[in-house]
Amino acid sequence: MKKFALAGNPNCGKTTLFNALTGSTAYVGNWPGVTVDKREGYYKKLDETLDIVDLPGIYSLSPYTPEEVISRNFILDEKPDCVINIIDATNLERNLYLTTQLLEIDVPIVIALNMMDAVEKNGQEINVPELEKRFRVPIVPISALKSKNLDSLMKKAYQASKEKRTGYTVLAETSVKSLIEQLTDQFKKKGVDNPLFHAIKLAELDELEVKNHPELVEDVNKAKETFSDPTFGNDFEAVIADARYKFISSRIEGLRKQISLDNKNVKKDKKTGVLLSKSDRIDKILTNKYAGIPIFIAILFLIFHLTFSENFLFFGGLFEAKGIPTNFEGVPIVEGLFYTDAGINSPGVMLANLLNGFTDWLSSLASQGLENANVESWASGFIVDGVLAGLFSVMSFLPQILVLFLFFSILEDSGYMARVAFILDRIFRRFGLSGRAFLPMIMGFGCSVPAMINTRTLADANERTATIRVIPFFSCGAKLPILTAIAGCLANMMGFGNADVITLSMYLLGMLTAIVAVLIMRNTVMRGDIPPFIMELPTYHLPQFKALMIHLWDKLKHFVKKAFTIILVSCILIWAICHLSWNWTYLEDSQINESIIASLGMFVRPIFTPLGFGSQLSSTWGWVFVVAAITGLIAKENVIGTFGILAACIVSTFDPEADPDGIEAVYIMIQNTGITTAGLIAFIAFNMLTIPCFAAVSTAKSELPDHKFKGTLVFWVVTSYIVSSTIYLIGNWWWTLFIILPLFGVAAYGIYYYNKRHPIKKDA
Amino acid sequence: MEETNELTLEKLAVGDYATVVTIKGEGQVRRRLFDMGITPGAEIYLRKKAPLGDPIEINIRGYELTLRKVEANAVVVKRKVVK
Repeated sequence: MKKFALAGNPNCGKTTLFNALTGSTAYVGNWPGVTVDKREGYYKKLDETLDIVDLPGIYSLSPYTPEEVISRNFILDEKPDCVINIIDATNLERNLYLTTQLLEIDVPIVIALNMMDAVEKNGQEINVPELEKRFRVPIVPISALKSKNLDSLMKKAYQASKEKRTGYTVLAETSVKSLIEQLTDQFKKKGVDNPLFHAIKLAELDELEVKNHPELVEDVNKAKETFSDPTFGNDFEAVIADARYKFISSRIEGLRKQISLDNKNVKKDKKTGVLLSKSDRIDKILTNKYAGIPIFIAILFLIFHLTFSENFLFFGGLFEAKGIPTNFEGVPIVEGLFYTDAGINSPGVMLANLLNGFTDWLSSLASQGLENANVESWASGFIVDGVLAGLFSVMSFLPQILVLFLFFSILEDSGYMARVAFILDRIFRRFGLSGRAFLPMIMGFGCSVPAMINTRTLADANERTATIRVIPFFSCGAKLPILTAIAGCLANMMGFGNADVITLSMYLLGMLTAIVAVLIMRNTVMRGDIPPFIMELPTYHLPQFKALMIHLWDKLKHFVKKAFTIILVSCILIWAICHLSWNWTYLEDSQINESIIASLGMFVRPIFTPLGFGSQLSSTWGWVFVVAAITGLIAKENVIGTFGILAACIVSTFDPEADPDGIEAVYIMIQNTGITTAGLIAFIAFNMLTIPCFAAVSTAKSELPDHKFKGTLVFWVVTSYIVSSTIYLIGNWWWTLFIILPLFGVAAYGIYYYNKRHPIKKDA
Repeated sequence: MEETNELTLEKLAVGDYATVVTIKGEGQVRRRLFDMGITPGAEIYLRKKAPLGDPIEINIRGYELTLRKVEANAVVVKRKVVK
């Protein structure tokens, strides 16, 4: 099968094209560097099926970041039959810079001139036939987003793949010509593939070339002795980069025409007379000197408010007080859908209520049905309390996960997230990271696994390790049920209507811990220079409905798949060890304290005493927290799943009359364990900060350098333990603040003092 | 239009136009600046500074690029005075 590679700058639409060609649903975002690993799909519209490989976006074939090396090695070593070089037509110059390097490789190339729709919208026109002539490769104008002209692109590419192409360089008429010719001959003599490409990279003293062909370095150094460029002296790397851009500027001159003058997109700034596009005008507000940071905080708050608030827009009990009647009293599924006495529900809560109403109705149907069918009590217990209670308590948070994820997708798709990195870089730098680390961290709110993989865009090894370690602190979708359920319970206990405020502050606690942890790491075990921050800011655009739906659909699929595999199995196992004693006899719900799970929990729980959910809790039910936290190591959804099962089994022992459903039962169970509010907050913090789920741990293992993995596990355990016990101690006995604060102060000063005495040895 | 003396990029004021003269320093950062199109002769417009004063946002070769003042310090430019 023929193999075609997609190569181009970050954020030029490669993945959109890949999705359009192969019908896949790979993740697309308006941020440079979303794709960090190559991925494959098939194009089936021609006589022959083609293997399409989407390479990570790169600006150059230099070997500085992992994704540049991936793309370079793929094109050189795997020898694709054709490279489709995607170019953002709205930004020809910089995009063609990579093209000038690709052209040097002996591989058929077709240029896909993408985003032609945006060029037209700006009232511009590009002379494609002339551009084609000047760059000597086929060029096809397309719009990946609107799937325009893709068939003709693929036909041309297929055609091109049938013929061999010998690389040529745009440097042929420059001062480095003779050196390149000389080196090319050397490589040819050695029988190396792509001699021209290697020759030029060696002339630049590219790290990889120098390592692979040390014997030729002498030639470059000799040439340096006699070479002198008016600006750059004998620095070939600079001379070559400069020559490439000079070539491009001269070749595209006169090929872009403004054909229509009444461009509604562009307006003149009244004060300075500078032309501003719509994107620039939006940007002026969103990254405004004074309003930028407040706007960011407001957006973040609004998102959480829309997703979690049970007192929407702070109307309070307005509907209740006005006696607005229709809240579906007594109607199953939709009862209490729109408001409670605390206030009006936010859209996220409404959706969650709707799903909860539905699942409650299903479980009551199921238990009714099983009772009517005279099924054994253990079997109906297994189905209703084991499988259904566990699964439903996890599922009940799906709507809120999706709503939250939708908002984050909108922010990312629109191009705002890149601006947030721009706004926050100054703050990030203080902690020894660059604003670039912001995207993987934000992705962590969705799921730690892709977030950890995304750290490949970070060039600095220390920055990568530090970022991977703190990514789980950015509470992921699976941890959301823990936050929301416990926050709801806290709100209940404290008689406080705004669970969203608690949820948001737990998120902030995670972020704060991440910042402090990075700060400590960067000042102790990972000292070094702050990595650079040089990043393209993409143009704002309206999020694509299709792309948003693809994101949501992926998330939903992932969640449902997980729910019916790993979580279902966990639920069954947990239910089983709840109802079995050590000598394998079946226990009734009321005997749960004799079960395997209870005795295990009782055995382990002293470890958690300093965190507020260990030995100090009721000796009958106090072990539930420990058990839940441990099951969370498999998948974080299990924490609430376990609570759901346990609550369903034991809630009747508290109050035989009441028959609360789902999450209500969990609240009652938690309140009967005798845990304090501080202990509950510590419990959330522990689950949020400790070793993440199994999938995230194995991703961390593969993304981290070998010797850093064990340290990372220890780091997670220690961080969660310290943070949770601090919360518990201060929350329960406020005066401990006066002991703990000085301790932290002394530690901080110790690090500061040590670093002052032992400055970092700078490399020459 | 008249050109004034050379200075480094981060010293420009918001709204200034300038032409790149040369790039100092060495290594990865310098290479990245080249790759992003900051080469001699390229025109730069300093669009804005981040709310906390750093990094800066420039328009170069028709797109928006952000970089820190530390990194901009390596870029020597000639300011253009628009009459």
